[in-house]
Amino acid sequence: MSTIHEYAELLKQRKLSSVELTKQYLARIEKADAQIGSYITVCSDDALAAAGKADERIAKGEATLLTGIPVGIKDNICTEGITTTCASKMLYNFVPPYDATVTKRLKNEGAVILGKLNMDEFAMGSSTESSYFKKTKNPYDLTRVPGGSSGGSAASVSADLAPYALGSDTGGSIRQPAAFCGNVGLKPTYGLVSRFGLIAFASSLDQIGSFTKDVTDCAIVLNAIAGYDKMDSTSVDADKTDYTKALGLPLKGMKVGVPKQYLESGIQTEIREAVENAIKVYEMLGAECEECSLPLSKFALPAYYLISSAEASSNLARFDGIKYGYRAEEYHGLTDLYEITRSEGFGEEVKRRIMLGTYALSSGYYDAYYKKAQQVRGLIKRDFAACFEKYDVLLTPTTPTTAYKFGEKSDPVAMYMGDICTVAVNIAGLPAISIPAGLDKKGMPIGIQLIANSFDERKLLTAAYAYERETGYEKLRPTVKEVE
Amino acid sequence: MKIEQSQVKYVASLARLRIDEAEQDKWSEQMGAIIEFADQLNELDLHDAESNEQGSTSLYNVFREDERKESFDRDKILFNAPEQYEGCYVVPKIVE
Amino acid sequence: MTFETVIGLEIHAELATKSKIYCSCSTAFGADVNTQTCPICTGMPGVLPVLNKKVVDYAITAGLAMNCEITEYGKQDRKNYFYPDLPKAYQTSQYDLPICKNGYLDVEVDGAIKRIGITRIHIEEDAGKLIHDGLRGASLVDYNRCGVPLIEIVTEPDMRSPEEARAFLEKVKSILEYTGVSDCKMQEGSLRCDVNLSVRPLGQKEFGTRTEMKNINSFSAAYRAMVGERQRQIELIEDGGEVVQATRRWDDAKGESFEMRSKEEAHDYRYFPEPDLVPIVVDREWVERIRASLPELPDERKRRYIAELGLPEYDAKLLTASKSISDYFEKTVGLGAPAKAVSNLLMGDISRILHEREMESIPFEPVFLAKAISLYTEQIVSSGALKKIIEALFDEEKEPEEIAKEKGLIQVSDESALIPIIQKILNDNPKAVEELKSGKEKAMGFFVGQAMRASKGSANPQLVNKLVKELLKI
Repeated sequence: MSTIHEYAELLKQRKLSSVELTKQYLARIEKADAQIGSYITVCSDDALAAAGKADERIAKGEATLLTGIPVGIKDNICTEGITTTCASKMLYNFVPPYDATVTKRLKNEGAVILGKLNMDEFAMGSSTESSYFKKTKNPYDLTRVPGGSSGGSAASVSADLAPYALGSDTGGSIRQPAAFCGNVGLKPTYGLVSRFGLIAFASSLDQIGSFTKDVTDCAIVLNAIAGYDKMDSTSVDADKTDYTKALGLPLKGMKVGVPKQYLESGIQTEIREAVENAIKVYEMLGAECEECSLPLSKFALPAYYLISSAEASSNLARFDGIKYGYRAEEYHGLTDLYEITRSEGFGEEVKRRIMLGTYALSSGYYDAYYKKAQQVRGLIKRDFAACFEKYDVLLTPTTPTTAYKFGEKSDPVAMYMGDICTVAVNIAGLPAISIPAGLDKKGMPIGIQLIANSFDERKLLTAAYAYERETGYEKLRPTVKEVE
Repeated sequence: MKIEQSQVKYVASLARLRIDEAEQDKWSEQMGAIIEFADQLNELDLHDAESNEQGSTSLYNVFREDERKESFDRDKILFNAPEQYEGCYVVPKIVE
Repeated sequence: MTFETVIGLEIHAELATKSKIYCSCSTAFGADVNTQTCPICTGMPGVLPVLNKKVVDYAITAGLAMNCEITEYGKQDRKNYFYPDLPKAYQTSQYDLPICKNGYLDVEVDGAIKRIGITRIHIEEDAGKLIHDGLRGASLVDYNRCGVPLIEIVTEPDMRSPEEARAFLEKVKSILEYTGVSDCKMQEGSLRCDVNLSVRPLGQKEFGTRTEMKNINSFSAAYRAMVGERQRQIELIEDGGEVVQATRRWDDAKGESFEMRSKEEAHDYRYFPEPDLVPIVVDREWVERIRASLPELPDERKRRYIAELGLPEYDAKLLTASKSISDYFEKTVGLGAPAKAVSNLLMGDISRILHEREMESIPFEPVFLAKAISLYTEQIVSSGALKKIIEALFDEEKEPEEIAKEKGLIQVSDESALIPIIQKILNDNPKAVEELKSGKEKAMGFFVGQAMRASKGSANPQLVNKLVKELLKI
């Protein structure tokens, strides 16, 4: 099934070498990625060099579960010496002189970086359509979007062009594409995984997480990337834990809440059915499922757009053509340099968010928009806290619909509505996971979401693993003609 | 709802973005639609609500020691500079 | 019409930390361009700040030394604007919850003590430097200074004259030096001052429109700028005009100010709390720890010099104005030298020589000064010789006794050596002897002078005086 844990076993038993495994993936990418479009940059030479080193380490018996296993990294996570573009013209040629902390941690494990994955420009979007470089296609149906903003990460794992991938989630950018492409996508608790080296979109919402084929792999990757980082002031110094120990724990007595606001109108029938089916599975496994309420749910989306745009407008102000990246060719004076560089370097959606964010913070509007949104944020956190006094995890759909066709969501507000099941989680800083729950009538993957309280990833993994064991949906794979 | 064109111009200049005359209207409308969407928040009584200004973190007093470490090599730092001259970044002449 | 001047100051002081505020790059002055930077202080994509604890310690120190309340729950905020010296396009500063507030300093002007209110002190990061004459048609940017920690001290508009403002500036400087918070070298840019000035008819309650003046590079330039701006505003109003609220750039060479082009059309900084940093909570314990570690401040020291060392107020005030001079004074006195003598030399000859030679600090150790002084008090050298020895110490740090020997400054205090010399002078000058015997004191000066000449300056004048009287039996 080409999971990390299977490969790790093969590598350990020397039935396979890292170099061979890496070559296999590079060959698959070569053949199929022209169709899928998941990679912006492929690092064949670096990957093979890393694979060689990994093989030496395996031979010495010093391997970890991730040693020698290839990975794809979303192109907003800095990788030293490898172009990191955020899928934007603004950073088309930016080569970071440093590694993100998560990149360092994976390299310390001996991971093999295959390349940088496509995304919505600066992580703003839900379909990867706003990438400056290319569109990524959903491996289940090439006329449909893979989701976003981590569309390349989702598609690459789905089409097995990488055994696993890193992505980032600000309002659902891991979970939504994971649902659209049939993967396991985890957004950890805010502060669990270092943001140092993640090119910022919305600082108080961004988190790095993983795309994996199954829940076991998810736990393995989390072990590697989670943990205190002194370079990130928002990084939490929590007790180190082995997340794989959460797998296989019994569900008896686990209380599962199903917030009714998430199943109100607008949810595709098959998705609603998937959630109802999951309730049955959990009850059968010994959990107690009950309807609960998150009354402020509908305010999460507007609060999210105000907070994220405001922070983004400030985070993206550094892109000015002076220190790195794109610089306008013709300009007369400083203001021209700024305005032309930024207008030519940024795409539509990015400009839209910057304009919105600037407006929300501007003189006279701060109280009406940004401050208000932050107040609502506090209330939403309280909403969740109240639920978690009663429940261990919450169960919801990940998305209101399955993957839609390219160009279908051209109105920005319509696009934003697709985040309705995911953004509240980022607002509250909670961990959440999307797991495969079958296919709809069109053959497109359905995802269901589990949400837990802060730093309760173990409960998520226990519940997700149990569901996976029972249903086997993670085994579904798209057919990618080029490599089948 | 539409955002006033003068507002759009002002916001664009604050953000150092250039909006074509032809597009002014589109921006007015789009921004207006999003703001209208955001105005839903007015349905809530926020009178007593505390502003959750520190986002999702409950941390405080995160510090580092006052230790000097080696800086980055200048060539490494300037590697990405679109224009450089004698170890400096270059911008159009500024009259102060 | 008589006008009253209203002045408020905004002082930026670079903190004397080893590393920058949010990264570990060095804060040392004078390095080659862009050699003290890293991805964090140059605002590269993906980087995050981590606050240097010493910055908070120094800010609290400055606050306590200036009688401020220390904020228990503070935070940092982003101040957003575009300018090439600001790599992130925002400066991380403090907006509504600054670390210190509601303080004051008492300054003395013309014998009167005035209390100047301090509205707030907050921490922020410095920006880089722009170089305008390095390349034609362009400006060059150096980010070495980016991220150097600053405190900004904002005063109430309590000053009513340039003299008061200058006294305040000097007081702040000495406090920052005494506490070690900043080295206050204006010529290196570690202390900067912006002046807010307005005028109003005497008796009017409302403030007049104020202007802000920047580019002030020394305390005397600040004084000139304030005098100049006061005059400009008064003349403008008397001519029927109105003062326009603006930022003006002071040109010290020309002795006038010019309205500046605005950096940002509207100063809409869109402040919001810095999401990459967490709140700063300063509890009572932290404050008391710092309070307990505060060194003796200038006013305390001045009081001690008067009360315990018996120095006059004038001396005490002058000496304590500079921490380095005052420290030097203490060390010298600590080695046994008499306080007034040390004070006189420091305020007199030594200050003069430092100024003449444009030196910042005394190039020889206090022990040498103490030894030189004891040569004088033991009457081994005269007061004139002492001055010569001190001048020589500026050239080379050498044992004062050696210098005295080399330069032939050792006084002859051996009576048996002097008596023949004096006897000869008395024999050669009967008229002067008559004058002295008849009560003319001036004649004594003549004899001392003759004796100095005959001994090539090495005779001890007091001894000559005594011997003349003995020999003449008067």
